[in-house]
Amino acid sequence: MIDELVKSFYIAMKDFREYYMKPGAVSWGLLFPFVFALAFMVRRGGLTEWLAPGMIALALFFGSTSMSAMSIVFERRFGSFERLMLYPVTYTTIALGKTLSSFIMGLFSIIPVLILTMVVLKIPPIHPFLLVLAVVLATFESSAFGVLLSFLVKDPTQVMVVFNLVRFPMMFLADVIIPVSLMPHYILSIVLLQPLTYSAEVIRFAYEGSYDILPPEISFALALLIGIVFLVVAGYIIRRSKP
Amino acid sequence: MDNDNECVISVKELTKIYGSVKAVDRVSFCVKDREIFGFLGPNGAGKTTTVRMLVGLTTISSGNALVYGYNVVKDYKNVRKIIGVVPDVSNLYLELTCFQNLLFSAKMYDVPKGMREERINYLLKFFGLWKFRNVKFKNLSRGLKRRLTIAAALVHKPKVLFLDEPTSGLDVMSRRILWTQLKELNRQEVTIFLTTHNVYEAFHISDRIAIINKGRIVAIGSPKELSKRFSTQEVIEVAFYPSKMSTKDLSEHIKGMLSVKRVGNHFEIVPLNKNSVIEGIVRYAKSRGLEISMLRLRSADAEELFLKIVGETK
Repeated sequence: MIDELVKSFYIAMKDFREYYMKPGAVSWGLLFPFVFALAFMVRRGGLTEWLAPGMIALALFFGSTSMSAMSIVFERRFGSFERLMLYPVTYTTIALGKTLSSFIMGLFSIIPVLILTMVVLKIPPIHPFLLVLAVVLATFESSAFGVLLSFLVKDPTQVMVVFNLVRFPMMFLADVIIPVSLMPHYILSIVLLQPLTYSAEVIRFAYEGSYDILPPEISFALALLIGIVFLVVAGYIIRRSKP
Repeated sequence: MDNDNECVISVKELTKIYGSVKAVDRVSFCVKDREIFGFLGPNGAGKTTTVRMLVGLTTISSGNALVYGYNVVKDYKNVRKIIGVVPDVSNLYLELTCFQNLLFSAKMYDVPKGMREERINYLLKFFGLWKFRNVKFKNLSRGLKRRLTIAAALVHKPKVLFLDEPTSGLDVMSRRILWTQLKELNRQEVTIFLTTHNVYEAFHISDRIAIINKGRIVAIGSPKELSKRFSTQEVIEVAFYPSKMSTKDLSEHIKGMLSVKRVGNHFEIVPLNKNSVIEGIVRYAKSRGLEISMLRLRSADAEELFLKIVGETK
């Protein structure tokens, strides 16, 4: 078990060294979330404080999913992913390694947005410790989601297209840009299907001390569970991806 | 069938079906300890599919394969600890240096921390990569990339090394260097499973060769045994006078030839059936009013032998 965890860490470190400066990871993972957050938070005036937690969730969602898409697409296209399948490790370990590298990238991508929120816009969290936990949780969940999605797409060249098809609607339906209270009631069921919703809820509670949809402990547990399920399913899909 | 106790790789009735296509059809063979086993076949014969099944990259439709007694499907983790795999493309990590690539492999293969550097340095020197140790993989030449890919598969001292078309795309010099290194590795007690479509390569470095065509093994034995079994004066050398005809004309009018090529003033023909081709040659000469100025038989070289073996299975 520990051996597998250590090896997933090796995979993550290798990925980070190999891909973190690639244009896709920088533009979609670092620049896009920051510019997006900046535009929304500066322009929306009175809603800025409500938007801040959602922007943080969104930034790390984009940061971590971009990294997984980048590393997995590259490796599947150039054959180096098969190298991982030749090492004496389980397929879940490979999925965990990929999730960890995305996790690290996600944490990096959140730094500029946190600085923007806390230092420039002076919006401090009410529960700083919970914010740290929530950021870690949300990054893990988003990373596992990115890894799963990267393996679900059969043609690696189409991964980014599929990613954006999935990510953009999620932005609007996960209570991060538009408050769910302003949406028609029937949209709530769609919002509850978004993995991003739960991590965003915990971040929101850490900032505001209140929540929109579910209490933080339930959102936290659901987000963690969803992340683990994504990870296990990704391992299963890697195994099933063998021709 | 060989005695199973002698086999480090034991393959029985291995089959791979893609849709309605049988890529590998009930293949059985045994690879003995410390031998270089050549797996030779034309493009699309099923070589790579077979290797991929043995190393666990492709699922098996039916049959089974053992490596050192471990089932390649059920015990895949144990199998991977004792094998090294060099795929047909050099697929290490572009942004990592030679050293970093080998270090990553060493970590993933559980090479003890205290031994990693020593082993990596040894491999870098063995493969002539020492002065490139801090060069990124993407900046290496094709030959050096190939060598580093092999080194990465050897970092954990595997008992069996699988090489898929290791010299494909390399120049003559790089190819010969690699052959020498493979032979040296074999002397260091590594069993080598080598797939290739290069007949000369297979006959030059293998202890035994299995020839696969259309998913089935059509011949197996040492290079000497194969030569003896299939090569009894099986190449026809023929010259005509006047000698203005083309190889195309010849192949259109004489049936049963596996290949024909012009060498100077004469033609060399690998026949599927010697007698019918000779009859065809005589008929051809007669119909065109040509004189047969030379007609003789000689032993086939490795390439001609391969054509003959593969041709007979068509």
